[in-house]
Amino acid sequence: MAAASTSTKVFYGLYNDEEDLKDAVRSAKAQHLEIMDVYTPFPVHGLDPIVGLQESRLHYLGFIYGATGALFGFLSMSWIFTRDWPTMFGGKPFWAVPSFIPITFEMTVLFAAWGMTLTFYTICGLWPGVKAKVLDNRITDDKFCVAFDVTGSSESDLDKLQGFFKSTHASEVSTKTI
Amino acid sequence: MSHVVSPLRHVLIEGNKSYHNITEDLCSPTEKAPTREWYIAFLLSTAFFGLYIFTIVWTVWKGIGVWGANRTINWAWDITNFVWWIGIGHAGTLISAILLLFRQRWRTGVNRAAEAMTIFAVVCAGQFPIFHMGRVWLAFFIFPFPNTRGPLWANFNSPLLWDVFAISTYFSVSLLFWYTGLVPDLATVRDRATGFRKKMYEYASFGWTGSAKHWQRWESLSLILAGLSTPLVLSVHTIVSFDFATSVIPGWHTTIFPPYFVAGAIFSGFAMVLTLMLITRKVLKLEEYITLNHIESMNKVIVLTGTIVGVAYLTELFIAWYSGYIYEQFAFYNRVFGVYWWSYFGMMFCNVVSPQLFWSRKIRRSIWWTFFLSIVVNIGMWFERFVIIATTLARDYLPSSWSYYSPTWVEIGIFTGTMGLFFFLYLIFTRVAPVVAVAEVKSILKVAGSQYIGPNAKHGHGHDHHDSKSVPTHRTEEEA
Repeated sequence: MAAASTSTKVFYGLYNDEEDLKDAVRSAKAQHLEIMDVYTPFPVHGLDPIVGLQESRLHYLGFIYGATGALFGFLSMSWIFTRDWPTMFGGKPFWAVPSFIPITFEMTVLFAAWGMTLTFYTICGLWPGVKAKVLDNRITDDKFCVAFDVTGSSESDLDKLQGFFKSTHASEVSTKTI
Repeated sequence: MSHVVSPLRHVLIEGNKSYHNITEDLCSPTEKAPTREWYIAFLLSTAFFGLYIFTIVWTVWKGIGVWGANRTINWAWDITNFVWWIGIGHAGTLISAILLLFRQRWRTGVNRAAEAMTIFAVVCAGQFPIFHMGRVWLAFFIFPFPNTRGPLWANFNSPLLWDVFAISTYFSVSLLFWYTGLVPDLATVRDRATGFRKKMYEYASFGWTGSAKHWQRWESLSLILAGLSTPLVLSVHTIVSFDFATSVIPGWHTTIFPPYFVAGAIFSGFAMVLTLMLITRKVLKLEEYITLNHIESMNKVIVLTGTIVGVAYLTELFIAWYSGYIYEQFAFYNRVFGVYWWSYFGMMFCNVVSPQLFWSRKIRRSIWWTFFLSIVVNIGMWFERFVIIATTLARDYLPSSWSYYSPTWVEIGIFTGTMGLFFFLYLIFTRVAPVVAVAEVKSILKVAGSQYIGPNAKHGHGHDHHDSKSVPTHRTEEEA
């Protein structure tokens, strides 16, 4: 885990309220400080544009997965009942499209939901056995954190960040290597 | 202030909670030793779970001849119970998905437990059709896969196969939705835990940190899963109703079944959520998070869906009369005044008459009335499924094969046993995970907390706490 190349020295500050956090992120952006990440105990609305995050593209993938599921379901049923083993049920045509609709729909939902969820965990790097890089245990409780990567930063950079935290009323600041 | 909330909005989090209070209140039940009530409930449900295992083993060993189902009434308690449990599951998805799309904030107090209830109810429901197959070791034949029997495929034109797809999709998607919502809360529990518990929750929380990008994707995923679950939940009970509606049995062959089944499912599910929540909030002391406003909102859903169900019952009778078709008319005459008349009147009373009491605000906000009526509604919804299934089959085409059905001890054992299984799973859930969505409750604190809105709100709250804490305390901590 603690390979030298992956360890990052982080200088971070904790805030007591999401409004303080938003102000701090705004001020960091104004000072052109490069934020490594922002951690919050719950999704803070209105934070994404301030941090500069682009809208997630997960839903495009959801559409692709869903379309795959729909095609897979419908084409499999069509192939099975017209090519592989045509079976007569109650005098209905072999290619009984209306009665394929329910399963096609279920396959759409199944593929979209599983595909998106697995993609979500994969791109976020979340998986059973992954050790969380926790800066402070209270970040999942009631603290809002702004973190800077200070690996190899000079003393003056650190002073600048220290000044930033002071001016934005961080309740605590600390350094940690993760 | 960034949050503008109408003064008409209900307070959803009482008691002046801070974010830390919320964490403390909602996580602490998983950290303390179980109470005596929990042990008693757990022993009782384990006993019934044991009964379930015994009666199922008995059924598989002896064959389904030990059930009271016969050649005329070949779907009886088992399918009644299956539909009943599936219906109960629907409220969880309704609360977590449909109310999320409608931006109903009160859902945050109850969604986690309701979603868990969905999953456990679907587990219980699944037992019935699986064991009704008789040779349960061949149950995998229902899945279409290339095989050495031809290959003989499953019948994709059959509503029973649609059900296989619907229920299994529903179960797995509900599980994903529930667990993905749970991950941040498990991380909260992890960060409070020590020793072995910390290891366990580290594993269960997948390494969640609360990064802004992760939250953004998490919200996007939740919203789309909600969007997918909404038509899914409607499709599931629609397909369950197709099991009946696509058959040619008078009394089953009706186009009203899909909406009628869906409304009934939501109705019974909300009743079960109320039964569970009223006990849970009391035992785990969550009255400030699952407030009377939550209970009242759910009771409003009950009165709405109960009335929809009532209209469906009457429409059915009217259409049977109006059709001018004597066999259809007989089917419904038989349903009301036939051998199972008592179950019809039980259903009418429990589902249509009793929920009307909720028009009274006083009864809607009364814990005891709500608890009592939630159980009445669940009994009524069980009757509804029994009425549809057993009375219709008991008087089908040939009078010579008319019959009567009553359950054997094995069927009673299996049904009460699935209740044991349900509560067994639910009680374990209350011990290992926060039953209220911690992060989601925090996210609505400033728009629904009693210090921000309502009669006790402290006005002028804003950034006034800056001055006192403006000096950061520096502490350095190096870890490899």
